[in-house]
Amino acid sequence: MAKIIEGLYYSESHEFVKVEGEYAYIGITDFAQEQLGNVTYIEFPEIDEEISAGDSFGSVESVKAASDLTSPVSGVVVEVNEVLEDEPELVNKDAYSNWLIKVKLSDPSELESLMDAQAYTDICK
Amino acid sequence: MDKITCLHDKHVALGANMVPFGGFDMPLYYDNIVAEHEAVRQKVGVFDVSHMGEVKVTGIEAEKFVQYIFTNDIKDAEIGKIFYGMMLHENGGTIDDLLVYKMGEQDFLLVINAANIEKDYAHIVQYAKDFNVKTENLSDIYGQVAIQGPESEITVENVLGIKCSDLTFYTFKTIHFEDEEIIISRTGYTGEDGFEIYASHTIIQFIWDKLIEAGIQPCGLGCRDTLRFEVGLPLYGDELSDEISPIMSGLSMFVKLEKDNFLGKEACVDQKENKTYKQRVIGIELQEKGIPRNGYPVQAEGKDIGYVTTGYKSISTGKFICMALIDKNYAKLETPVDVLIHNKPRKGIVVKKRFYQKNYKK
Repeated sequence: MAKIIEGLYYSESHEFVKVEGEYAYIGITDFAQEQLGNVTYIEFPEIDEEISAGDSFGSVESVKAASDLTSPVSGVVVEVNEVLEDEPELVNKDAYSNWLIKVKLSDPSELESLMDAQAYTDICK
Repeated sequence: MDKITCLHDKHVALGANMVPFGGFDMPLYYDNIVAEHEAVRQKVGVFDVSHMGEVKVTGIEAEKFVQYIFTNDIKDAEIGKIFYGMMLHENGGTIDDLLVYKMGEQDFLLVINAANIEKDYAHIVQYAKDFNVKTENLSDIYGQVAIQGPESEITVENVLGIKCSDLTFYTFKTIHFEDEEIIISRTGYTGEDGFEIYASHTIIQFIWDKLIEAGIQPCGLGCRDTLRFEVGLPLYGDELSDEISPIMSGLSMFVKLEKDNFLGKEACVDQKENKTYKQRVIGIELQEKGIPRNGYPVQAEGKDIGYVTTGYKSISTGKFICMALIDKNYAKLETPVDVLIHNKPRKGIVVKKRFYQKNYKK
């Protein structure tokens, strides 16, 4: 059973958003990493890149497949999780603590259209 | 509806991730492709390869017939020898790549790819009319497992009780096992030492259970592909096809142009001597990060020169590498090329397809 954490926002394409003030950490959910299998490479956006909700901002790649990352929110990329450049498999070990990018939110109201843990649990069934 | 192998229930019970491949519902991986890959490189793993097809050719003109439809030279070979080669169209395009087992002076077993069984058998039957031979499609009768990795010899001997240290690379023997005649050969598709066993469904199930009970890692088609790819072995459909001849794929050593007439010979002679082909299969090592995948464009000097046939982040070396079919004018080693990944060109150079050294026991 995939782990789902209270207090995060979730997208239908299986990204999570963890909000801290005006910033958001975006990653893939435990369900997503289970579906992907061994993550071997992550394609990150550039720092300072502006991304809009619904845009592809990179990809998570398993041995067999590349899976597009869709941003659940709009903002500016302020940080990418560089640890994952050398150890992408950490996403398989703990998807929620190994976030992919940190974004400065440009429209926090977008968060309202995302799912909470309860709603996300329903779509993972 | 996909066909299933005699081990299908066992894959499902092991919790395998199942995918359609070559008309069969096959395990892609059981738990973890990387662990399965590393088991084969470092220790041993077992694969269900029962989807492979087997065609028996017997009769007075069996050798003459196989010589005619097959690119390698089996003439006067010893019984117990195995040959790798192709069946070709007249134009040199590849119908399939296959193994030929010499079972007897007038008895050959052809081992073909699952996806091509019907096409191959139709081709074989069509040309068999002109020879005094009998052909039988035994694909549904034989099950097959592959035991691969540096510890495969000790595994086969200790777990299955089958003596196999006497087999050299690309040879086989038929033995009595559980009251049945089975075939064991020193062959495989991983670049490691290993064995393949052909037997009835019942015996293959028995062998599989014994190996799994002994703690041998079950391995799916996912790592079969990453393993064969790293040592530059072709997959039919990717590096060989109706359009890709063995000459274009760099497999000339399995096309014996000096032997008597065989299907596709003239085209191969022409391709080899006059370099009439336009594209070649080569290796590319990226100098930037990014995983090149099947179908991604390859470019040089800003124009498209071909496409990726197979690519991965190599599990054994960590490098971003691929095989690609490209314009032969760019096929020289160390030629700079770009692979377009997610619409961004990544720099690479042409390298040998053998990205990882084979460890066969010869």
